[in-house]
Formats: sequence, structure tokens, C-alpha cells
Amino acid sequence: MAVQIGDRAPGFELPATDGTRHSLDDGAEATLVYWTCNHCPYALAWHDRMVDLARDYADRGVRVIAVNSNDAETHPADSFEAMRERVEREGDWAHPYLHDESQEVARAWGAEKTPHLFVLDADLCLRYQGAPDADYEDPSEGAAWAREALDAVLEGREPERGETDPVGCTIKWKS
Amino acid sequence: MTTPRVEFLWWRECPSWERALADLRAAMAEAGLDPGSVELREIDTDALASREAFVGSPTIRIDGEDIQPPGDDEPAGLNCRVYLRRDGRVSPLPDPEDVREALARID
Repeated sequence: MAVQIGDRAPGFELPATDGTRHSLDDGAEATLVYWTCNHCPYALAWHDRMVDLARDYADRGVRVIAVNSNDAETHPADSFEAMRERVEREGDWAHPYLHDESQEVARAWGAEKTPHLFVLDADLCLRYQGAPDADYEDPSEGAAWAREALDAVLEGREPERGETDPVGCTIKWKS
Repeated sequence: MTTPRVEFLWWRECPSWERALADLRAAMAEAGLDPGSVELREIDTDALASREAFVGSPTIRIDGEDIQPPGDDEPAGLNCRVYLRRDGRVSPLPDPEDVREALARID
């Protein structure tokens, strides 16, 4: 059952590439959890915009978390080791990159694509889910839909757009 | 100029295929080729992907040659294809200039 707008998001505790473990409960003003991966061109095309967003909102009490749930058996580029290597190689990630090996978190949240974003308020209730912005091909879009949702949450408003269609590769489920 | 065989191989689950096909047809028209002559081939099973050496969607071949030949280590399969644009960005779409250049290479 996917999380719906207004629902409290399911909790989790997952390992990150840097050896730490992360959960939702840390008292952030707003939280953006997004599914991403190493092999999908849509996730890669949007990556810099998501990193910029994480940096821009870090001092406003916003926490950004990336999660990879893809089956590494069929997509070795998404193994935990490959995730670690990527972060080490790129060195400019402004947020943790978590591994959901069992895929239970992705299923609980109803994540479908990479990327697929979920914006939560301070009570960890869902306020926006969908794509970062209108066009994977246009960096000037700057993850505008995600920023609109975060701005609304930080100001105590409902985002104008509660949901958009996530655009990207399907999450690679285990058979 | 001889009429080239232009193939467009795509997988429905990668949403960039429609934009890639439109870009390809526009480039063909610019090059004086019939945009309607492109052969569309939907790849929808792993077996078909393997048989066609399909490394991801979209794939464009001109007279059998991939416009951005994949590396030897890229496995065939139902995937969305990663392209590198000329400005260094990663994209689900080939750079239109690469498409135009590939069409211009036709004898």
C-alpha cells in the first residue's frame, strides 16, 4: 500500500554508503526522501539538481535522503559496493545515499521510479510526491516542483502540486 | 546519396523514446531524408533484447551502425540507455548533433 498525501510516512532504518545508518526521526522541519540509482539516465540527469537542492535547503532545516532499492542481481551497477564507489568517485554528494536491499522500504512507500520524490512535513506526513520538475532534459528547471513543495511545507502551507507523475526508470524489483 | 536504413529500437518503459523519435525524424528531414522511412522496432522481452544486441532504449542505428556505439561491456537487456551529451551532461536522449552527424556520414 503506497503512502498517500497526508499519511505519515513509514519509518525505516537503512545503511548509507559512508557506513552510517539513517532513519526518519531526526526533528527536521521538512524531509525529502527520493529514490534514485546508479544506472538510470533519468536519475543521473536529475542528480546535480537534487544535490544543489540539498545544499540550498540544508540551513533551512531540510533533510534530503536518497535511497536505492534496485535489485543488484539484475543490475550490478546498483549494488551497495557500486553505490559506495560512486559517492567516493564523485565526492560531491550533499546528502546520504541509502541502500534498501530488501526493497521493503520502497514497497512500503509505493516508490515506482528513479527518481521518485517524497516531501514530508515536520510530522513526517507526506505533502508532495512525484518528479523533481517538469523536464529531465532541462537543468534550468532546477528541481522546481520539489523546491515549491519544500517552500510550502516550511511556510506551513499545502504545496500547490501535491502529486505529479514520477518520470524515470522503473524500480528493478526482485523476482 | 543512397537511402539509408534507419532503425529506431525502443522499450516502452523508458519515456524518452517519443522525444528521441521526434528528434530523429526532424534530423532526417533536415538531411533531406524521408522521416517516415524510419523503422520502428519495439523491444519488449529480454530474449528479444539479447537477439537484437539491444543495450537500452532508445537505440538508433543507421545502416546497422549504432550512432553512439556501446562499449563491449554493456550487456544487452531491457534498460533505459545512458547517453553523454556534448556539453558533458548525462541524458536519456542522444545529442541531436550526434544524430545529425551520423546521418551526414551516409554516402
